[in-house]
Amino acid sequence: MSGATLTADAGVADEQRAALFDYLLRLGDDALILSQQLSEWCGHAPVLEVDLSLANIALDLLGQSTLLLDAAAKIEGGTRDADALAFHRDVLAFRNCLMVEQPNGDFAQTITRQFLYSAFQAPYFAQLTASTYTPLAEIAAKALKEVTYHADLAAEWVIRLGDGTYESRQRMLDGLDWHWRFVDELFDMDAIESGLAAAGIAPDRAALRAEFDAKVAQVLSDATLPAPEYPRATRGGRVGHHSEHLGHLLAVMQFLPRTYPDAEW
Amino acid sequence: MSHDWPLWEVFIRSKGGLSHKHVGSIHAPDAELALRHARDTYTRRLEGVSIWIARSSDIVASDPAQAGELFEPAESKVYRHPTFYDIPDIVKHI
Repeated sequence: MSGATLTADAGVADEQRAALFDYLLRLGDDALILSQQLSEWCGHAPVLEVDLSLANIALDLLGQSTLLLDAAAKIEGGTRDADALAFHRDVLAFRNCLMVEQPNGDFAQTITRQFLYSAFQAPYFAQLTASTYTPLAEIAAKALKEVTYHADLAAEWVIRLGDGTYESRQRMLDGLDWHWRFVDELFDMDAIESGLAAAGIAPDRAALRAEFDAKVAQVLSDATLPAPEYPRATRGGRVGHHSEHLGHLLAVMQFLPRTYPDAEW
Repeated sequence: MSHDWPLWEVFIRSKGGLSHKHVGSIHAPDAELALRHARDTYTRRLEGVSIWIARSSDIVASDPAQAGELFEPAESKVYRHPTFYDIPDIVKHI
C-alpha cells in the first residue's frame, strides 16, 4: 500500500490503514453479496409488488456496496477501484458474513435472512454515523434511511408469514431454523475491529446485541413465532472461510467482466 | 397469490401544497403492506412526498351509463366559467 494520496485519508494513522481496508471490505461485501442474492428474485417473486420491493432493497444495497468498496479502494491506494474489488477478487478474499451468502430458498427464507440482517444493520449504521472517519460516517448517514425501511418491511413480512397460514408459518420456522446459526457472527469483534472501535472509527458490534435481541423478540412475538435456538453458531466469513454458496454466487456475478474484461455497458 | 389479495387504489402527493392524485393500483394483503407496496411501486423516482391508499371496493364510482344526465347539462352553461364575464376597468386586483 502506498502512502496517503487522497485527502479522504487524512486522519487515518498508517498502522490503521490495513485494518480499515479490511473493515471496509467487510461492510461493502455484506452489502454486495446480499444485493446479488436479492437481485436473483427479479422476475421470480410471488407477485409483481414483492418483485419490486426486493429489487429496491437489492439496488439500495448495491449503492451502499459501491460507496463502501470505493472507500476501500481509496484506502488501499493502489490501482484497484470498486469494480475491481467486486469482480476481480476470488472467493477467499471476500470478507462478508456467512448470513448474506445463504441461498434465497423460498420467500420465507429470503425474508428471514433480510429481517435478521437488517435488524442488525439498522442500529449498526445508526452508530456508524458517528464514526470519526468522515467518509464512513457520510456513507452511513445516507444508507441509514434505506436500511431502516428494509428492517421495517422485512419485519412486517415476518409477522404476516409467521401469523399467516399453516404453510407460511412452517416456512418461517424453517427459515429461522436455518439462519439463526449465522446471527452470532454479526456481533463478533476481533483484533481488527477492536482497534478501529478504540479509535472511534467502527462501532462495537457486541454492544448492539441486546438491542437486536429485543427487536427480534418483539417481532417474533407479534408473529406468534417461538424464539429460535441453535446449539452452535457458524462463523468464518470475516476471515474468508465461506460456505460453498459464495463460490457459486461469484461465478454468476463475476462471469461477464472476467470473460470480457473490456466490456462496456 | 395476488388473486387472493384485495386491490388498493394509490394516491400520491407530488409535493407539499398539491393535492393527492390517483396514480394506479396495487395488490396487498392489508393496509400496512399496501402502503409499502405503493411506496415500492410508485415512488421509486422521487414521485411523491405522501401516499394515500384506499380499498378499491370502497371507492364509489359514477355509472358510465349515466354520463349523459350527470355531465352533459353542464355543457350549455358557459356562464359558470369566470371567463364568461367582462370585468369593469374599475375593478382592480383580479
